[in-house]
Amino acid sequence: MTTVACADPAGAGIRERVLRALDAVIDPELDEPITTLRFVSSCSVTSDGDVEIVLRLPTPQCAPNFAFLMAADASNAVRRVPGVGRVTVTLDDHYTAEEINAAVREGQGFTGAFPGETDDDELGALRKLFQRKALTARQAVLCEAMLAAGADAGRVASVLVADLPDTAAARRCLALREQLGIDTGPGARAFVLPDGGPLEAGQVQRWLRLARLVRTSLEANGGICRSLLQVRHDLASESEEN
Amino acid sequence: MYARNGDRYFVVDGHCHFWDASPANWVKGQEQYAKGWIECFHAYMGLAPAETHWPLEKFQKYSEEDFVKDVFEDGGVDVGIFQSTYLKEWYTTGFNTAAENAKMAEKYPGRLIVNGRFDPREGEAGMRELEEDANRYNLQGVKLYTAEWYKGSRGWKLTDPEAQMFLDKCKELGIRNVHVHKGPTIWPLDKDGFDVKDVDVAATSNPELNFIVEHVGLPRIEDFCFMATQEPNVYAGLAVVIGGLMHARPRFFAKVMGELLFWVGEDKMLFGSDYAIWEPKWQIDGFLDWDYPDGDEYSDYPRLDDAGKRKILGLNAAKLYRIDVPAEFQVPGAADKEDAQLVESA
Repeated sequence: MTTVACADPAGAGIRERVLRALDAVIDPELDEPITTLRFVSSCSVTSDGDVEIVLRLPTPQCAPNFAFLMAADASNAVRRVPGVGRVTVTLDDHYTAEEINAAVREGQGFTGAFPGETDDDELGALRKLFQRKALTARQAVLCEAMLAAGADAGRVASVLVADLPDTAAARRCLALREQLGIDTGPGARAFVLPDGGPLEAGQVQRWLRLARLVRTSLEANGGICRSLLQVRHDLASESEEN
Repeated sequence: MYARNGDRYFVVDGHCHFWDASPANWVKGQEQYAKGWIECFHAYMGLAPAETHWPLEKFQKYSEEDFVKDVFEDGGVDVGIFQSTYLKEWYTTGFNTAAENAKMAEKYPGRLIVNGRFDPREGEAGMRELEEDANRYNLQGVKLYTAEWYKGSRGWKLTDPEAQMFLDKCKELGIRNVHVHKGPTIWPLDKDGFDVKDVDVAATSNPELNFIVEHVGLPRIEDFCFMATQEPNVYAGLAVVIGGLMHARPRFFAKVMGELLFWVGEDKMLFGSDYAIWEPKWQIDGFLDWDYPDGDEYSDYPRLDDAGKRKILGLNAAKLYRIDVPAEFQVPGAADKEDAQLVESA
């Protein structure tokens, strides 16, 4: 009881809920939660329910655009947790930390962090671009599993959203589709091209080859980020690659 | 020449540096950037085998003796190509400028090639500087940073009309090789510094020039690969791919290599150590030993044999930079530059 009170003086499992909310915050470039990437270096809750989150990135020079998105997303996600008071998200050890922290604190957009230097629309477009890449890569995993289980290209092209297994990969695909405005209804096709159009049987082989390349790219980048973080913060190595 | 187990290899290090990032060279008021930049590089060194790590102080400024030992002696590098990186807003005399690199190159004739740079936003003055540099350093190549900020501009593209004027000037001056940094960027705010589309267009419009995409467009390997399959004059600069992944993430490294070999091909991939981020020796050793790990996921990637490794380690770059390679190092059947241009990509 004492240890729980220490970690979460407000009780009621706020810290637990905050961490779960942070699980839903994704590094847009890598399509992985900031929690499993170990970007959340601390999370504390006061007896009044005020929450303080500290984020750290693999290097002080990580792209400010993605850094901003993660800090702002984290702040928004935590604010929505029932029972939390004031929320402070601080990006640590980054060359634009001061600007980003102030903008997130004031609830200003990216333009608030770098007035006259940026455009929030471009940031939104960049996020969408990576969501499309992530969707392609995630779908490829589902598609490969189907093919390995004996399905052919014709079957892949006819599968519907309703037929998808209830797995984390499939749920992530649907979440990305929703964010991209692509139909997620049970009758919609399960596999879509980056523009949302249906994947036809004749396209499966080439699409899969390209999708695998996208996945390799995302994974390799994720790998470099994890390794850098590990080196800089002297972290224990993880269970390794998937 | 790199010798190992009785085999001898001709090595061109397509991407190396001799920099000064010591605190004495930090611009007043910009210390946090100068410090952050070199510490970021130093973190990358952490991806190498532990026995090759340096303390930060040495990493900030290493000596000529270090360079000679690590690159020429231990690394067996026959010719190194300096990719000049200015960053004068942060480092008083620059991080490593063509002028500084040229001083070093003069001391080791035939062993170091100095690449220059241009920025189309510098207009007439920039054009004059490029001309002077080309004559002074006998430039065969330039290294470009399209994401760099300049007087309120947040980067530029090779497709800008001014950029084409500079590319035309390159041709006139005998500069054939255009290295484009498409990878981790210096100040990429909203600008998409990784986007390689402009290289695609420039490569089509300028078939006389070779475009070497440094760091293969990380974190956009896929965009780079799609483009490189279509453009015979686009090459993959492997700096960071080998240094950053081969030791730290061997399975991802194998996949990235497999993809590059499939889409780009062994005739268009160039080794670069990115020294002093990583010493060349462990990279060359590991690369010569490298093969795919066991596993179905690697089964349909093209294999890389000894001849292919020789091309990537030196012969491909030697062709681009017209470096004479003794007959004993040649591999039979390697396509020469002219042939390579005619090969229809997959």
